[in-house]
Amino acid sequence: MNARNVAMTIDQVAVRFGGLVAISDMSFTVGEGEIVSLIGPNGAGKTTAFNVMTGFLTPSAGQVTYQGTTLTGLKPHEIADLGLIRTFQRTSVFPNDTVYDNLLIGLHRQGRVRLLDAILGLPGARASERKLRQKASELIEWVGLERRAHDAAGSLSYGEQRLVGVALALAAEPSMLLLDEPVSGMNASETHRFVELIRGIRDRGITILLVEHDMPMVMTVSDRIVVLNYGRIIAEGTPDVIRNDPAVIEAYLGHGAARA
Amino acid sequence: MRIIITILAVAVLASVPLWLRDPYLLNALITTGIFVIGAMSLNLLLGFTGQLSLGHIAFFGIGAYVSALTSLGFDIGLPGGLRLVHTPWPPIVGFVLAMLIAGLCGYFVGQLSFRVRGAYFVIVTISFAEVVRLVALNWVELTQGPLALTNIPSIALPLPGFGELTLRTKMQNYYLMLVVALLAYLLIARLVHSHFGRAMRGLMENETLAVSVGIDVTKTLTIAAVISAAIAGAAGSLYAHYIRIIDPEVFAFINTVTMVIMVISGGKGSLAGPVVGGLIFGLLPVALRPVMAPEAQWIAYGGVLMAILFVLPRGIVPSLAQRFSRRRSNTPALAPAALTETGAKEPA
Repeated sequence: MNARNVAMTIDQVAVRFGGLVAISDMSFTVGEGEIVSLIGPNGAGKTTAFNVMTGFLTPSAGQVTYQGTTLTGLKPHEIADLGLIRTFQRTSVFPNDTVYDNLLIGLHRQGRVRLLDAILGLPGARASERKLRQKASELIEWVGLERRAHDAAGSLSYGEQRLVGVALALAAEPSMLLLDEPVSGMNASETHRFVELIRGIRDRGITILLVEHDMPMVMTVSDRIVVLNYGRIIAEGTPDVIRNDPAVIEAYLGHGAARA
Repeated sequence: MRIIITILAVAVLASVPLWLRDPYLLNALITTGIFVIGAMSLNLLLGFTGQLSLGHIAFFGIGAYVSALTSLGFDIGLPGGLRLVHTPWPPIVGFVLAMLIAGLCGYFVGQLSFRVRGAYFVIVTISFAEVVRLVALNWVELTQGPLALTNIPSIALPLPGFGELTLRTKMQNYYLMLVVALLAYLLIARLVHSHFGRAMRGLMENETLAVSVGIDVTKTLTIAAVISAAIAGAAGSLYAHYIRIIDPEVFAFINTVTMVIMVISGGKGSLAGPVVGGLIFGLLPVALRPVMAPEAQWIAYGGVLMAILFVLPRGIVPSLAQRFSRRRSNTPALAPAALTETGAKEPA
């Protein structure tokens, strides 16, 4: 990662809910075009970290910087405007709309036209609509959901809804994508396809930060892994380094293996 | 298919004054139509952003008073011994001002209450309507209070080269109402099918996700509130110049409830819903009057409402549209959920 430009810097971030310390003093960086995974047992503070990075939570201390902009105090939609887009663990779609309409909603950032133009149906607004429809179709095709394009998103399987969630995030034109447990609830072949998808997203030049429990998947896809436990970073490095790190094995992998 | 229904409906509505000679019924249709415009504006908030404004009549009433006062003129004392004198302007100017000022009120109510949504929004809107009613009731110098503003002039349309056309007859007022209603319908339709409409729908369905793809909650909801309030203000202006007398009772809570009933029964979130619901519940009292005692009328009114919502719980238009499309395509409503293997995903 030394050769890369830094996309995101997490600098001494701490989050406390009353007396509960969710994250204490977390610092790491994500390089441009890198795939970084944030792992750790349940309750380690992974999703909290995501919420801080995307403005859904304000950190008690420290700050997050994305491409030179300090994110402290920005609203979630303003952070999205910087190109920092996330997906969610559960609530990943607009359930009552078709997959196609989901994508059109997701394309909001690209579809901004003046209100009056839209109401009067001026040529500029109409051209923008055509472009959006084209892009929505492309994205649906890219994640492989053509056959479900006109079904209500809420009626899709869990795995398919995840794909809609990713397509929605891509529709927002991210320069960095935060994926929160994207393959939980997927079967092996769905997970395999998803890994291919993540690589495809990176090849589009999008930086990826991943929170995931599926260890084989994380080990396959990541350039670098950051391990959290009890709100602090206990290890950081390439998958090979992490696999052999005694602290990780003891605190996390070993614990999981002993339970299984 | 949809286009044919729309054209037929407009043609039928436009032909009404040609064959309906009963002035009482025509009058009922005009006031119902004006309330339908109000219901359409309420539907923009309730049906497309999910925000229940239980003070919606405030925007209607503000439109009515602004328009009436603009065309009647006033002379009021201000603090410090000053007087504010306004000489009457043409009613058409009042109509425009009614929209602008109601829209402005929509902006402030929106800014104020979209920070505290859900139940708080409902309470803020109810309070707003009540405060405005009290102002109308007690600022006697401006509004005549309970004595009402009377002799409000009819709307006069300026015709370039021909002078003015003052709309005095019921037929003329019917067409005025119909034109405003169609414009309001068209405006709302364009809006909800534009990317603003999609942003509204996104916020209603899954706000967290909508925000994460860059949709600005406050801005989107404020735009909806302003346009909704402006349309309600236009309806209020039509009401003032047609009835030609308004008193603070125009702000009564029951009027908001009537609009909510029109929207819910017809189907919130559907463009035609408030029109269908509005025609039914606007004209129902007229239909019941000759056959029932006044007390029984309200019982029947409630009975019809409950029956509609029992049989068609999502409202008339969406429920029928769904049945129709399901019968045609014969597809199941829900696709079977694929098997998921959540249990196999424990940390290794």
